[in-house]
Amino acid sequence: MIKFVDVSKTYPGGQRALSKVNFHVEPGEMVFLTGHSGAGKSTMLKLISLMERPTVGKVFINGHDLSHISRHDVAYIRRDIGMIFQNHQLLMDKSVFDNVALPLIIEGYPRKQIQSRVQAALDRVGLLDKKWNLPATLSGGEQQRVGIARAVVNRPPIILADEPTGNLDPALSWEIIRLFEDFNAAGASVFIATHDLGLIARMQYRTLTLKGGQMINDGLTESWQDRK
Amino acid sequence: MSILFKSRQSGAQQSQISKQQKLVMWFTSHVRQAITSFGELLRTPAASFMTIAVLGLSITLPSTLYILVKNLDNISANTQDAAEISLFIREGATRADVDQLIKRLRTWPEIDALQYISPEDALQEFKQQSGFGSAIDALQSNPLPAVLLIYPTEKHGSPAAAKFLLNKLTQEREIELGKVDIEWLERLHAIMAVTNELVTMIAVLLFVSVILIVGNTIRLNIFNKRNEIMVMKLVGATDGFIQRPFLYTGLWYGVLGGIMSWITVALLLWWMSYSIGDILTLYRQEFVLAGLDFATLNTMLLMSVLMGLIGSAISVKRYVDQIEPE
Ligand SMILES: Nc1ncnc2c1ncn2[C@@H]1O[C@H](COP(=O)(O)OP(=O)(O)OP(=O)(O)O)[C@@H](O)[C@H]1O
Ligand SMILES: [Mg+2]
Repeated sequence: MIKFVDVSKTYPGGQRALSKVNFHVEPGEMVFLTGHSGAGKSTMLKLISLMERPTVGKVFINGHDLSHISRHDVAYIRRDIGMIFQNHQLLMDKSVFDNVALPLIIEGYPRKQIQSRVQAALDRVGLLDKKWNLPATLSGGEQQRVGIARAVVNRPPIILADEPTGNLDPALSWEIIRLFEDFNAAGASVFIATHDLGLIARMQYRTLTLKGGQMINDGLTESWQDRK
Repeated sequence: MSILFKSRQSGAQQSQISKQQKLVMWFTSHVRQAITSFGELLRTPAASFMTIAVLGLSITLPSTLYILVKNLDNISANTQDAAEISLFIREGATRADVDQLIKRLRTWPEIDALQYISPEDALQEFKQQSGFGSAIDALQSNPLPAVLLIYPTEKHGSPAAAKFLLNKLTQEREIELGKVDIEWLERLHAIMAVTNELVTMIAVLLFVSVILIVGNTIRLNIFNKRNEIMVMKLVGATDGFIQRPFLYTGLWYGVLGGIMSWITVALLLWWMSYSIGDILTLYRQEFVLAGLDFATLNTMLLMSVLMGLIGSAISVKRYVDQIEPE
């Protein structure tokens, strides 16, 4: 589903964020990406969502080489990827409903479908009663959930999340991860970057570990392997 | 339309809908965006008004000048004595010769009317007007020739046509020489030619600066919405989709600026009609200021809309691409 082949990324200015990264996420897989701050986690997600291009190497999604995607087609690629950001990236002067509806409006869905799908997505993240609120009136965790609702509202086959549990308490973090498990169960490939190692340790998912831009570990978390 | 996942359908494709429904949807989505953009204008009424005023006023000046020039054109076209031709009869010609000539001239299609002034009448008139009454009485013989006044038809009343007609007339053997009384008309035409060029130049300069001003306003709008644009790009908006509201804003500026120019031009013309009337009575012109006709109003609106659109299109092309999510 997502495949990196010898991918290196050097930012203009000479900062080497990734070097020779190889991995393959299968369709329907849920994978964690971890590593210390500055290890290159966000860079990796940006290469998938075409916010950045690799300096060397190739990124494939569903077998398509992203280096062949023109600037103009980037928008269409992003419609297949639900992205969740640490800083939420919400429109602060639009209601929760309008924020979640945005991807559907962009894709030109009919009004009725927008209504029902936004409703469903907000229900899923438990924010139905706040749909007319402005994001500024919501807590950090609630804003994060608005971002999640927006990312999944058009049922993308790929979900990318960058620090989705960033500054949430453990209970809330757990809830958010449960949400991603639901989306994964519904068929989406889920790719989550986090440095919340405690969270990862409690689960049995494949984890990619980055260090200084290099992939130092690709495997199942130990607790899970132990049980096996 | 998914590039990566062939079987994945989205948006408008998802439900089976006819071409006609798609067209309706396309149309309603544009109407919705137009209305949204209009709403945005209302959210910053003062700033919007300033841009609209720039558009409106910039169209007002050339339009007013244009209408004045067109009115002058009308005057010269309608003027009866625009080109009054005076023909002086050769000395030896008898009254019978002159009658013959008049008879012939009446058949000329170029001539609308003619009037014969005998030497006696001419002298009489001269006496009254000049005040040299007694001096003229002392003259032994009448030094004045007989005169034929020719009034060309409208079509042949322009300076050039009148001169041409004069040439033709002086070929007649009874006529000594002739003269077209068109100096003032020629001057008017010269002024009009210059004014016409000035109007064009002013218009071009103003329009270019207005396009730049609108472009700059839209540029500021784009930068104010930098965050919103980034978020929209992140969730898959094409440049075209992001650009559209700004183009609609430009369109609205144009439409409102055009309407404003209608009002200001009408006010200006009404204000000026008095003083223009005064000047024109000097030329013994019956004058009614012809105001705004439908074609002029349309052109003004069209120009305004074009400037609004071009201004916003330039900024949108240049700046929306530049904003990339980080
Ligand atoms: N736009 C940029 N220009 C230049 N250098 C950058 C840019 N973005 C990231 N970097 C550098 O690339 C490296 C990897 O950054 P990245 O954001 O991928 O790290 P991260 O693993 O997401 O860290 P964190 O956990 O703190 O979010 C860092 O050293 C960073 O300074
Ligand atoms: Mg990061």
